[in-house]
Formats: sequence, C-alpha cells, structure tokens
Amino acid sequence: MTKEPMTDDAMTDPSTADPSTTDSAATPMVTLRGVCKHFGHHQVLYDVDLTVPRGETLCIIGPSGSGKSTMLRCINHLEDISAGQVCVDGNLIGYRLRSDGRLHELHHRRAAEQRLGIGMVFQHFNLFPHMTALENVTLGPIKAKGVAKSEIEPYARQLLERVGLGDKVTAYPSQLSGGQQQRVAIARAMAMRPPLILFDEPTSALDPELVGEVLDVMKDLARTGGITLIVVTHEMGFAREVADRVIFMDAGRIVEEGTPAEVLGDPQHARTRSFLSAVLH
Amino acid sequence: MSITAKIRANQPPARADVVPLRHWGRGVFAVVVAITVVVIVNSLATNPNIEWSIVGDYLFDHNILRGLRKTLEMTVLGTIFATALAVVIAVMRLSPSKIISGTAAAYAFFFRGIPLIVLLILIGNLGLFFKNFTVAIPFTDITFWSRPVRDVMTPFRASVLGLSLAGSGYMSEIVRGGLLAVGRGQHEAAKAIGLTSGRTLRYIVLPQALRVIVPPLGNELIAMLKASAIVSVIAGGDLLTVALGISGRNFRTIEMLIVATIWYLLVIVVLSIGQYFVERKVAER
Ligand SMILES: Nc1ncnc2c1ncn2[C@@H]1O[C@H](COP(=O)(O)OP(=O)(O)OP(=O)(O)O)[C@@H](O)[C@H]1O
Ligand SMILES: [Mg+2]
Repeated sequence: MTKEPMTDDAMTDPSTADPSTTDSAATPMVTLRGVCKHFGHHQVLYDVDLTVPRGETLCIIGPSGSGKSTMLRCINHLEDISAGQVCVDGNLIGYRLRSDGRLHELHHRRAAEQRLGIGMVFQHFNLFPHMTALENVTLGPIKAKGVAKSEIEPYARQLLERVGLGDKVTAYPSQLSGGQQQRVAIARAMAMRPPLILFDEPTSALDPELVGEVLDVMKDLARTGGITLIVVTHEMGFAREVADRVIFMDAGRIVEEGTPAEVLGDPQHARTRSFLSAVLH
Repeated sequence: MSITAKIRANQPPARADVVPLRHWGRGVFAVVVAITVVVIVNSLATNPNIEWSIVGDYLFDHNILRGLRKTLEMTVLGTIFATALAVVIAVMRLSPSKIISGTAAAYAFFFRGIPLIVLLILIGNLGLFFKNFTVAIPFTDITFWSRPVRDVMTPFRASVLGLSLAGSGYMSEIVRGGLLAVGRGQHEAAKAIGLTSGRTLRYIVLPQALRVIVPPLGNELIAMLKASAIVSVIAGGDLLTVALGISGRNFRTIEMLIVATIWYLLVIVVLSIGQYFVERKVAER
C-alpha cells in the first residue's frame, strides 16, 4: 500500500489507521515535503524536506530567525503552510487531498483533533495561570479527549511525580519557578499520550541553574523511547548526548543534517562552522 | 568635640519615641467638610418647605417598595442580558472575518452612540410603527408565530430590552479589553493540547479575562441601576416612576424624590460592598 497522502476514502479506511499493521510501523512519524512558508511577502521557509522516523530524537539548531520555530509550528498546524505538505503518522496535517487532486484546508475542529496526537512545549511554558499544576495537566485529556477525570488524575499525578513535582500538584504556576513550570508543561504535553512531542527552545527562558532539571526530564523521555521528540535547542551538550540526529537550519533552509558527531563535530558547511564557533565560544 | 562624639550625638538613643509628621492641611480640610455637612443637613432638616414626616410615611409605602423591586429586577436582568450580549459582540469583534467583526463594531457603535432616553422612547413606542411581531420566512406567506406588538412589548420588557441593548454596547468594549489581555501564548498552548476554539474561549480565555472584566462590571451594574430611572419616560413601573406618580397626586415632589434617592443610595451601598468582596475574590491567585 502506498504511503502517499491519503484521499478521503483512504482516510476512513480503518486498516490504515491501525498502528499495529507493519505498514504503519514503517511510516515515518513526520514527513515534510517541499514546505514553503511566507509571512506576507517575507518568505521564511524554502522547500523544506524532512523525514523523522518513529522514536527518533531530532535536534534542530540554527541562528535566530532561520525559521526553526516556524518549521516546528507548521508540524502541528499552528502556522498554515504556503506550499508543500506536512504528514504526521501518515496523515496530512491541516489539509486533505480531495478527489479533485487539490489540498483543501481542514475545518478547525478537525485540525484540533489532529493536534491531540502532537504535544508541544513552548519557550515561555504558557501554563494556564488560573489552574493548578494538576489541572493544567488534566485539562487536555478531559476537555479535548473526553477522558474521565477519575481516570486521568492518577496518571497525571504519576507524570508530575516523574518530572519531580509530586509535591507541587496543587500549586499554581505563579508559585513555581521557571524550571518547575517547564516541567509541568512537559507533563501537560505527555498527559495526552502523544507519539510525538515538539519542543521550541524549552530551556532558553530559564535561569542557567534551572536548565539542567528540565534537560534531565527530556533526557529521561528520550531514553525511555517510544516517543518521537523534535527539539529546537541551543543546548549543544544536550544535542550531543541524546539526539539521534541533528539538523542545522539557516535562512529558511536545512543546510546540514547528520548524527551529532557529524554535524557538531565535523561540520561540512561554512555556515554551520561559523554558527557553531559562535555558539561554542 | 571629637569626631566620634559628634557622630554619637547625632545617633538616636537605643529607645526613642517616633513623632509622625503632622498633616495640618488634612485637619483643616476635615473641619471645612464637617461645617459644610452641618450647614447642609441643618438647612434641609429645618427647611419649612420639606415635610420630613411625609418622607418617613412613604419610605416603606408598598407602591414605593413595588417600584423598588421593579428597579432591581430591571437592573439585574439588564446587566445579565447586557453582559451575555457583550461577550457575543466582543468575541465577534475579534473574529478574523471582516463581515463578522464589522457587524459587531457597527452594533457597538450604534448602541453606545444613541442616547438611552431616545432608545427607550423608540422601543417603548414600537407599537406606533409596527403592528405585529412575526416569526416567518420573509417574502412568503409562511408564518410561524405572530402577536401584537402592544401585548409583547410591555413597559417593563421594553425597559429591560433598552437597558440591555444600551449596556451591551459599553460592556462589549470592557469584555473585548479583557479578551485581548489574554496573551497569544495562552491561545497557542490551548490549541496545542487539541482544544477547539470554543473550548479555548470557555476554559482558558474567559476565566482569565474575568479578572479584567469583573471590576468595571461592578461599576456598570451601578450605572445600570441609575440608568434604570430613565425608564420613567415610558412609565416603566420603576422606583422613580412610582415616586413621581405619587407626587403627581400629593404634590410633594421634593419629598418623593428624597424617598427615591434614599433607596437608590441604599442599594448602591449594598452593591458597592458586594463589589468589594467580588473584586477581592477575583484578585486572588
Ligand atoms: N507571525 C509572524 N509574522 C511575521 N513574521 C514572522 C512571524 N513569525 C516569525 N516571523 C519571521 O520569520 C522568520 C523566522 O522566524 P522563527 O521564529 O521561525 O525563527 P527561529 O529560527 O525560531 O529564531 P529564534 O532562534 O530567534 O527563535 C523571522 O524573520 C521572523 O521575523
Ligand atoms: Mg524560535
């Protein structure tokens, strides 16, 4: 069976949605093909192609303004794309291919459904300030997925325990440090049990002494496996330690990709080299 | 004197009494206010043209109390409807669709612009230019429901409608300010966990906007109470209508206005106390 973007009919075919089929296991978690993005007349992404296999931890590095965040936000359709296509788990994101051969934008409710399987962690945490840590973590499962509160709460407590915040369950975000808030945000993303989590510079807004505790949680996630992680980061140490692959972006293009040792240790492109020497020194 | 001795002389003894700064201006102001109040109260109390016993007689008159109840009902219903309408209008104004946001802007412009007294007279006299209220498919003969305007638009309903429409125009601005105060990051975080825009509004945006919306809403409630006196122009049956009605019979206009004033002020005191507690509750967290 082909893994090209599916038409209407194929989408409703239950066999393609079943993750246990060997076919589906071979499907990459994320595929970007020829993705372009414009903000008005300003082009930010140029023909980006990217394939992320299941379970991979991918780190994206690159100078400010190179389009890292934008690319990440195209994956869960927080930004719509100007051209190309994004597939997650074999499903076209934000659009569907109709029999007329064109891509039709999805109704926002369908787009919201697609995001159920894609977690996201933001640079500035974006916790809901009017809810406790536990409420932040359970809101998505309860209100977006329709899981019973009694069912999700024990799991949510377990997750908060796992990120080291078992004693902060009833704390409000304003009562937590930046590092603690970001760990709640990671638990909030995990509570949806997504096969994929996107991280946009999760430690850039933290005081230096708090970076480690957040990275530790992410390393734990990466090592446990099963979840695909795409991490935009400036933490080269983290990338070297846990990334399966690193890509370097510049001016809206993927300039270089490879293992951490290749990209960080022996960069082939002049721009990668100058970026790395600026970051590492 | 040695230098150390000088320093020691300037240093306070271990236990010194503290004398706060005296604010003479405040004292003078207080005396002026006190004298003014005494003069005013005295001139009112001893004024031969005001019969205080009549004020006492009518303060708990059952017609007056009925009018008071109508005023309270109008104020509460008007505030509820106005707030609900205001939320709808504010959400519409933030829509990316120019048609939807434009419609809402026009609505807010119109009902903020038209003087309440004009609006009330128009609504109160709808029967003069429309015969029936009809629910039907336009330009066909299919009619689902039809009633004479006169029956549907009682003075009380006209009053509530007028107050709601006028109030919603102002309040939509307040609600809009509250919605805008919730940052983009909150919308994105809600989207990222798969919430639809409706649920984002309900669980994320509105609860946070409330902190901005509630304090001025208390002022709107008080403004609505005072505005409700204007419905006396369409004989809305409110406190002022009743008070003026009685004065038309006993020719004691000033006394009846004093009766009404006492009640308005009393209700406002109660509302202000409530507002204080609600604001304190909202400010928590
Ligand atoms: N909403 C927007 N409207 C207009 N331009 C935007 C918008 N978002 C991003 N851009 C532009 O797109 C370009 C890429 O931005 P992006 O945030 O993706 O970069 P980045 O690589 O994540 O940078 P940083 O490391 O600073 O986060 C920048 O030039 C930015 O100004
Ligand atoms: Mg960025």
